[in-house]
Amino acid sequence: MARRTAIVGIGQTYHCARRDDVNGQELINEAVTRALEDAGLTMKDIDAIVIGNMDHFEAINYVDGWSVDGSGAFMRPIMKLTTGGTSGMTVATAGYYHVASGFFDVVLAIGWEMNSSSDTTAAITTCCQPLIERDFFAGAIGPLAAEYTAYIKRFGATEEDAALVSVRDHNNALNNPHAHLRTRITVEDVMKSPVLCYPIKLLDMCPRSDGACALIYACEGKAEKLAPRPAWVHTIAGSRDFVYMGEPFQHEELITLERASARAYKRAGITDPLKEIDVMELYLPASTTGVKWMESLWVCGRGEAPRLIREGVFNMDGQLPVNPSGGPLATNPIGATAMIRVGEAALQIMGKAGDRQVPNVRTALATAFGSCSWSDVTILRDTKP
Amino acid sequence: MERAAIVGVGQTRYERSKEGIVAELVYEATCRALDDAGMKIGDIDSVVTVSNDFWDGRTISCMAVADAAGCYGKDASTVECDGAFGAFYGLMRVLSGYDTTLVVAHSKVSEGNPRIITNAAFDPIYERSLGLDAISASALQARAYMKKFGVTEEQCALVSVKNHRNARNNPYAHVPLDISVEDVMKSPKLADPIKVLDASPLSDGACAVIFAVESAAAKRAKKPVWVKGVSHCTDAYRLGERDLTYSIALESAARRAYQMAGITDPWRQIDVAEVYDAFSYMELMWYEGLGFCDRGQGGRLIESGKTGMAGELPVNPSGGVLSAHSVLVAGLARIAEAVLQLRGEAGKRQVAGARTALAQGINGICAQQHCVWIVSTEQ
Amino acid sequence: MPEGKPETIFDVVDKAGMLVQKGRIKVPYTWAAGKVASKFLVGLRDERRIYGIRCPECKTVFVPPKKLCHKCMVEMSEWVELGDEGVLETFTIVHYGEPTVHPVQPPFAYGVVKLERADTGMVHLIGEADLASLEEGQRVRAVFNDIRRGHYLDIKYFKPV
Repeated sequence: MARRTAIVGIGQTYHCARRDDVNGQELINEAVTRALEDAGLTMKDIDAIVIGNMDHFEAINYVDGWSVDGSGAFMRPIMKLTTGGTSGMTVATAGYYHVASGFFDVVLAIGWEMNSSSDTTAAITTCCQPLIERDFFAGAIGPLAAEYTAYIKRFGATEEDAALVSVRDHNNALNNPHAHLRTRITVEDVMKSPVLCYPIKLLDMCPRSDGACALIYACEGKAEKLAPRPAWVHTIAGSRDFVYMGEPFQHEELITLERASARAYKRAGITDPLKEIDVMELYLPASTTGVKWMESLWVCGRGEAPRLIREGVFNMDGQLPVNPSGGPLATNPIGATAMIRVGEAALQIMGKAGDRQVPNVRTALATAFGSCSWSDVTILRDTKP
Repeated sequence: MERAAIVGVGQTRYERSKEGIVAELVYEATCRALDDAGMKIGDIDSVVTVSNDFWDGRTISCMAVADAAGCYGKDASTVECDGAFGAFYGLMRVLSGYDTTLVVAHSKVSEGNPRIITNAAFDPIYERSLGLDAISASALQARAYMKKFGVTEEQCALVSVKNHRNARNNPYAHVPLDISVEDVMKSPKLADPIKVLDASPLSDGACAVIFAVESAAAKRAKKPVWVKGVSHCTDAYRLGERDLTYSIALESAARRAYQMAGITDPWRQIDVAEVYDAFSYMELMWYEGLGFCDRGQGGRLIESGKTGMAGELPVNPSGGVLSAHSVLVAGLARIAEAVLQLRGEAGKRQVAGARTALAQGINGICAQQHCVWIVSTEQ
Repeated sequence: MPEGKPETIFDVVDKAGMLVQKGRIKVPYTWAAGKVASKFLVGLRDERRIYGIRCPECKTVFVPPKKLCHKCMVEMSEWVELGDEGVLETFTIVHYGEPTVHPVQPPFAYGVVKLERADTGMVHLIGEADLASLEEGQRVRAVFNDIRRGHYLDIKYFKPV
């Protein structure tokens, strides 16, 4: 069975639109250095490294080998993992398994992206099957927009409901010194921003950022010594959908998130997530997903999310704060984005989230979203599993 | 370590320009591994696919094979390294709570341009603009190694002769050949001292391996093959920063894997080895890094015939990577071949009485990373 | 391709009933060099000089330079001017052409050059050389391009001295 494993160190860069002052290896090292400092460790204490990003955003093949000058992998094991938008949690999860399996005691997980290196949409478009979908597919916005249109029609949600999510996440980011976009906005600002793909407007959509995140996982016996309050991994669950873009199209729910979160709750003994989870860091690529996916996380019934959002249930002072960090709407270095969710959830458990700290967090949930509507869920607690 | 076993293996035939799309290759290997284990896809708890966006020519390349590997609804992940590394992640998952994990790797090398793809592994700020690729970089390594220790081109050619001949006994092999040292020496030069017959072919194919924890392994169709040790290690990035004549990363990975498996004398305790000979000189260098002989003695070892089919420690009975090189698959295929040897199911390439086997994977330019596996019939 | 047909990234080939599509991924890239590589490249461009960088702990002098020593994982800041001569440690003669990535036509040579005062080898092209008589240990010197852009190829190649 799995060894008990906790997150004991978190490091991030100060994410922004473009870093001309560092190359990729140097960017990675900023996050690595901060994670090591956070855990009070040096590179000598690291037994193995896992790393991930999306290849075509930087065009560097065999990133694991290339990263050595920044990741510290010289004469150590390093493994690269990548699954699209979910990459950050895929890598974090691998960091966990490296320790839980008993092979390594202290493991460094790195997610990074320099989106300024490429044309993000041109690169994403190449994810499509070249013979069937690549000619006309253009980025991630279209499917998300169509899903929300269907949701509006079915449940009477509004564009303003999505705007409320955008306002919440953007304004939460004001408390996060690492966030990329840190500007106070209003519902009116969102509604007036240019339409990208109806009903998604510019301020409803995540930016693309340059940034890196590093997490340090340690086994029971070491974790307690490295951190006064380690963030123990209670469960990680993932679910995959079909491959072709046309196949997984669910208008009202995200079936992979439903399955993954249900599995995670069962393993963690959670029956009422709204009450039992203290904070969520969600991979919300668009504000619209912050409405409809709350239902796929089982925090409310079908069509009830707009009401909870209007009531402020997921605000910083609400019953279940979502994205105190500002989430992907404020910061999106793609290969790091999902790892930042895990890292921010861990900071909340460890009580180190600074101005964005939610009081008394004992259970935190992080999600990842990517590829063909694939979802991953991580649940952390302040107690051992 | 806790006990985990390999309970199923499946490979496609390796060949140039296979007709199927990558998902079809993955499906074929997956089905064969499931059949081999006497399992259905519903018996698989978690899946690790191995893919690389450059080799597949698409971003998020794992999507393209997810259905075929049975990922739907499952907890799946993707390693973007050689399959031997992907297998290590699969093993970790069965030692952390999943009863079974399927690992599958695929490659349609024929659909891309390997020179441009491997050129992208070089630093875009520095060496990439020189146009270096896997062949020319390996040629620099080959020459540095051979010059330092006086290893000859003929000694390297012996590896090619041995492995291509062995491949004649392997129905999955891409390039079985009955060739002589002279044939290798006369084959066209690619990048001196590497000639066409010193280089592995471009092979399309897929391989799948199923891992299970002890309790789940007992229920399977075939005798389980137990994982005794596994380790990987990484050298410096730039060629000019490495000792090109000897792989310290391989030595380190092997030492740790041997330690886990209780191996103190690899030459005597290992019955058969499947190593990643992307080029003929590599097998000689890997002999040294794996401790099969002293540093610089790889050329003499191949000359002695002791690594031939009738030798003390047959290396690459399958024909090795020189006879079938599906990039990313080849390391996993080494593990699959090791399993077949230990089960006594290796047909005409069987090494009699093999009980302990070594499999090696490499990753990156000039094998910057090595992964060493020790598997055994004994628990 | 028939006249008037719009440019497309795909081309379809019929191989006895099996259709094969040909295409390429076209994504433009911009890579930041960072401060250390920028200084090195500006040295090539403006001074025709090759600078290395020394690790404060293990004292290794790296060329081309980088910010962190991979062995000690410490930042480096001590620049070392290396001169433009060194020794050819190893080389290969490339006989195949790959116009998309090769800056020159085959046959041509790559070498690993150990510059004086440097501890790491620099991989580069070897030019103005009789390829058949190249030898390890032979002295080579950097030849700079007349027009330089702050690029690794501002060194045209190394030539035997």
